[in-house]
Amino acid sequence: MIPELGHFALVLALVLALVQAIVPMIGASRNRLALMAVGRPAAQGQFFFILFSYACLTWAFIQSDFSVQLAAANSHSATPLMYKITGVWGNHEGSLLLWAMSLSLWTVAVTVFSRNLPDAFVARVLGVLGWVSTGFLSFLLVTSNPFERLLPAVPDGRDLNPLLQDPGMIIHPPLLYMGYVGFSVAFAFAIAALLSGRLDAAWARWSRPWTTVAWVFLTAGIAIGSGWAYYELGWGGWWFWDPVENASFMPWLLGTALMHSLAVTEKRGAFRSWTVLLAISAFSLSLLGTFIVRSGVITSVHAFATDPKRGLFILALLVIVIGVSLLLYAWRAPKLGGGGSFSLVSRETSLLGNNVLLSVASASVLLGTMYPLFLDALGMGKISVGPPYFESVFIPLMTPVVVLMMFGPFLRWKDDDLAKAVRKVAPAFVASVLIGLGTAYAVDHVSWRTVLGLSLAAWVVLASILLLVGRITERAGAAMGARLRSITAAWWGMWLAHLGVGVFIIGVTLVGSLEAHVDVKMQNGQHAELAGYTFTFRGVRDADGPNYDAARATIDVTRGERAIATLTPEKRLYLAQGMPMTEASIDIGPFRDVYVSLGEQIEDGSWIVSIYYKPFISWIWLGCIMMGLGGVFAAADRRYRRLAAREATVAANQRVA
Amino acid sequence: MKAKFLVPLLLFFALAGFLAFGLTLNPREVPSPLIDKPAPAFSLARLDDPARPFALEEMKGQVWLLNVWASWCVACRQEHPVLVRMAQQKLVPVVGLNYKEVRGDGAINARGMALEAETALAIERAQRWLDDHGDPYVLSVLDIDGRVGIDFGVYGVPETFLIDGEGRIRYKHIGPITPESLQQVIMPKIEEVRRAG
Repeated sequence: MIPELGHFALVLALVLALVQAIVPMIGASRNRLALMAVGRPAAQGQFFFILFSYACLTWAFIQSDFSVQLAAANSHSATPLMYKITGVWGNHEGSLLLWAMSLSLWTVAVTVFSRNLPDAFVARVLGVLGWVSTGFLSFLLVTSNPFERLLPAVPDGRDLNPLLQDPGMIIHPPLLYMGYVGFSVAFAFAIAALLSGRLDAAWARWSRPWTTVAWVFLTAGIAIGSGWAYYELGWGGWWFWDPVENASFMPWLLGTALMHSLAVTEKRGAFRSWTVLLAISAFSLSLLGTFIVRSGVITSVHAFATDPKRGLFILALLVIVIGVSLLLYAWRAPKLGGGGSFSLVSRETSLLGNNVLLSVASASVLLGTMYPLFLDALGMGKISVGPPYFESVFIPLMTPVVVLMMFGPFLRWKDDDLAKAVRKVAPAFVASVLIGLGTAYAVDHVSWRTVLGLSLAAWVVLASILLLVGRITERAGAAMGARLRSITAAWWGMWLAHLGVGVFIIGVTLVGSLEAHVDVKMQNGQHAELAGYTFTFRGVRDADGPNYDAARATIDVTRGERAIATLTPEKRLYLAQGMPMTEASIDIGPFRDVYVSLGEQIEDGSWIVSIYYKPFISWIWLGCIMMGLGGVFAAADRRYRRLAAREATVAANQRVA
Repeated sequence: MKAKFLVPLLLFFALAGFLAFGLTLNPREVPSPLIDKPAPAFSLARLDDPARPFALEEMKGQVWLLNVWASWCVACRQEHPVLVRMAQQKLVPVVGLNYKEVRGDGAINARGMALEAETALAIERAQRWLDDHGDPYVLSVLDIDGRVGIDFGVYGVPETFLIDGEGRIRYKHIGPITPESLQQVIMPKIEEVRRAG
């Protein structure tokens, strides 16, 4: 009964989505307030029904109702409760429902936080979001009903894929989806602006916090996904350039470009058509990512069970949403006109340069991801594109991005004196190259990659210090407290996020050049050495879990006389699927991780043990956290609320008048 | 409408065209060079009577399937009910090629194991599996060291080869046979081969 209720709620949600898609749009074009006002309750009602439906599906998983096909295929009576709950989205249908739910949640957020925007504009935004939601809910109901019954019920389920039974997987998909789907708001704002022809600084200011928040979610989601890959896949890599990772990385790159482009449009009115194109493209790439994961056109370790019918449906959806948006763009964008003019040496130019580079980077990831398909379709054979391509494309593209990223903030808007700006940063620039060379020499790893990476990181750190000092000394005479208070949250956000990029580069560079790895055969009491650490094997015992059998090794890590850690890597066999899994054990430190994973047992009772030494790897995620926090600061800037309040007053006065 | 603003739309349509075409392709499917070539000759011990070898020629004149399986193969368990149903309906004779029964299993260490011991273990495991899950095969042969598998270009289990009356491979199915793939691909192929033969 409960699954049927969930199914029915989903149908009701689709009906409300259609209402939300059609009625406010008509209201906006005919200027009828009553019709426009339908958008908000329709969106909120839709959210209620999707939430209800989602709760029903979760209930089937928690209750181990194996007459529901999805639960039978992705859960098991012995699965821990937490993974019963997360199992709901560890599959195609459930994750699509999560997708629809986060879209609906964003829409509700728009209905709540848009009190100060013009009614017609909000109506159009909700209308666009309603159309997207209609598309996805019909996709769910037509091709991927999560409440499909399995009669007669099976005695027990097949369990959730053991790879997904991990704490990281509890929050990774919801965060990633909130980020992916969050770009739908910026997209809807852009389409609404194109429809109304009102594409101005106000539009950019309204879009900015939404874009930033979506970007923060996406950053966090990607970072957690990469952390999961690091400790769950058992060989210590943190990014694999897998098509599905790329599917989340492309919108991230374009979203980064969009955030910066919106800043220019808001402050200077420039780049308008470019900003709109970025808003459309960022969301389009999110949709494309959904297609790649679910259609089976590209092989990936992440791919869900695929079905050509689904592929066709979602491709049609893709063509309609993106095709119509780009057509609208081609029709309306030429009428936008240019914004404020700027000279070659200005902050606008540096931002534009980085936007173009980020877009090219995104396009090159797209090319690398789709290339096997292109060749296959043209009958030129089957190939796969691996990390060497992406790395060789990425380093030359990202190097100027990082240099410009720290140079731009020193430039004034509109026009600046190049000689003066260069004089400001030249010492820091030269010092960074020297620091890069010196550090590479000091760690005894002088390769061009190490030198380049460390120099860039030093440049980011030094320029950040210069920027902060410059900002504080700007208002000479004022008290220190007053000076610090005068810095806006948005500025701190920018500063922290850019510094985070530097921290990230340090992690990537040092782990790339200094990591060490051995595979050894170990028996009770035997030692192994790596990077100054001694690993002593203390035997293996059984450590069975609720839905798996496991062998857990105990390995003492010492450095000289000092005990560092006791690591307990496991080899698990998940019973329902008969799937073996490796659980690595990691001693995490600020400057290095020591990573041990257990391999096979061999004839004489000894075990193959993989030991990794990963210097500075946690800096990769520290950098991501700083970027994300920077985004939070930027979105929380007071001026959005202040301006919103002022606009509300103006709007109210106009209504009175 | 200025032309340059249409560029994104055109690029997207080109991409969508590729994606649409991609839906008709299977990226996992690597064309087998053996299609329409004579199947590699082999002679292997039968599972039910290890003293008696079975050779490819014995199936001459029949259209039949060679299904590669092993008891350690999880996906084989998935396709097995389909094979059993096929056998009940007597759709087509299926010969099982039991592939690396012992040394293919990651849970067993077969290094240093004598061939006789390995063969005995393989027979015991394979027979038990067929007893548990049903035996859809007219007979199974034992490819203990996987050499015949190499000749057939097997790189994953299960795989299924369609062989015609003259001993030529006419089709290769990679991965488990599902009711859909049986109905939509394999049976039509069998009909086609039968009509032609």
